[in-house]
Amino acid sequence: MTDPMPGVEEPSRKSWAPAAAMLGLNLLAVLLGLGAWWLVTAEGVAGLPGPGAVLAAGITLARNGQLLTDSLASLARVLTGFLLGVMIAVPVGFLMGWYKIARGLVEPYVQFFRTIPPLAVIPLAIVTMGIGETPKIFVIFLAAFLSSVVATFQGVVSVDRTLINAARVLGAKDATIFRRVVIPASTPFIMVGVRIGLGSSWATVVAAELIAAQSGLGFRMQQAQLYYDLPTIFVSLIAIGVLGLLMDRIIIAADRALTAWQEKA
Amino acid sequence: MRPKISFQDVSRRFDLGGGGGFLALDRFSLDVADGEFITVVGPSGCGKSTAMNIAAGLLRPSSGRVLVDDAEVDGPGPERGVIFQQYALFPWLTVRENVEFGLRVAGMAARKRREVADHFIALVGLSDFADSLPKTLSGGMKQRCAIARAYAVNPKILLMDEPFGALDALTRVNLQDQLLRTWSQERRTVLFITHDVDEAVYLGSRVIVMAARPGRLHKVVPVDLPYPRTEEMRLSAGFTALRNEVWRSVYHPAEH
Repeated sequence: MTDPMPGVEEPSRKSWAPAAAMLGLNLLAVLLGLGAWWLVTAEGVAGLPGPGAVLAAGITLARNGQLLTDSLASLARVLTGFLLGVMIAVPVGFLMGWYKIARGLVEPYVQFFRTIPPLAVIPLAIVTMGIGETPKIFVIFLAAFLSSVVATFQGVVSVDRTLINAARVLGAKDATIFRRVVIPASTPFIMVGVRIGLGSSWATVVAAELIAAQSGLGFRMQQAQLYYDLPTIFVSLIAIGVLGLLMDRIIIAADRALTAWQEKA
Repeated sequence: MRPKISFQDVSRRFDLGGGGGFLALDRFSLDVADGEFITVVGPSGCGKSTAMNIAAGLLRPSSGRVLVDDAEVDGPGPERGVIFQQYALFPWLTVRENVEFGLRVAGMAARKRREVADHFIALVGLSDFADSLPKTLSGGMKQRCAIARAYAVNPKILLMDEPFGALDALTRVNLQDQLLRTWSQERRTVLFITHDVDEAVYLGSRVIVMAARPGRLHKVVPVDLPYPRTEEMRLSAGFTALRNEVWRSVYHPAEH
């Protein structure tokens, strides 16, 4: 859901189609889609609002500040839960990868909770933590934590033994090896987990807001649903998509900067 | 004169699950003199890498011991540099940062570190690539960087585990000459493992031939060619005779 255009992020290495032509095709596809939308709704099919009505609703919501308020409310929840999740997942993942004891103690829980979609925890979280911010942030935290902890752990266990030996014969002890070899070598794995974690955090926040919230993009859609306000639902959906896409792009840029040293076959 | 490295009855058994196991190295004994260039050649499974890993301190012997300057090897140490077949460069560090790694671990000041690193980078001919990441280097350049990195911490001994094994024949010959040049300028005791008979004879002052099942020392062939070794020597009758002798004992250990 946060990656509606997977073709764009990995420019073909045999780029027989120049980047500009590719961008042109992408734009054309968007224009065609808008055209089709306009045609279908102009005929009154399915009673959906047309692009014009959605744009008008978007402008109204943007002018009166509601769009910004809702977006910020959702973003604040996601970022809090997501950052907490990653900040705790990375050290736990490192411990699991580095110490067999930690792995033995933590892994059953991680593997079990990984099979439960974070959304399924929402009812429990609401009952035990109320309807304030805490349950929502907790569920997002869980989503980000689970995907990042597994990725970090995988990263640590797949560090090339030869690199560790190379550091060892150069005189490095465990602490140095951990800091200067294990952490950088597992960064690409961690970034994969972080990216997946952000995607599932974003999905989770919207769902959580649909169920119990007084603000946010999910809450706005849920309100609009009560009043049959379809243009507002569309505006919220588009905002969710655009924000998700932006966050994903930021993670990709961070990943590129952090792992530019990787040898890509 | 006391040996620089002394393998004394070193055996190593690897346990396979279910009570099985195999003897990778059987009572291996060898003395290496200070400044000597020893090559070790043998088929796979002859225990040559096992012997080297034990000397490096990366593997413990099941019995016997390895002495370096009369002290028993107990774990890895910067006085024994190791060069791996897979280069083992840190891919997130530039050539210079790789070479500085061991110096940094040793707590050397940044300016001094750079000076030492640049000296060894120049010695292996990589000055123009000091700020490049390993991914931009060819296999031969990566291995030269690894050699500079091993040299930088000033080891007394260099342990080289098939360092040129993954390179093409032309690059390999070039690197052999370059390694001997570096070695003549920065003399160290070298234990060089290879599966290439020509390489073993061309580089070593003695060739240690090993045999498999169980891995053991089969024969020691002294190479009476003087250093510096030249292309002329490589093509000489004396070289060919030695090469044939080593070849026979590697491939037909039962008769030779």
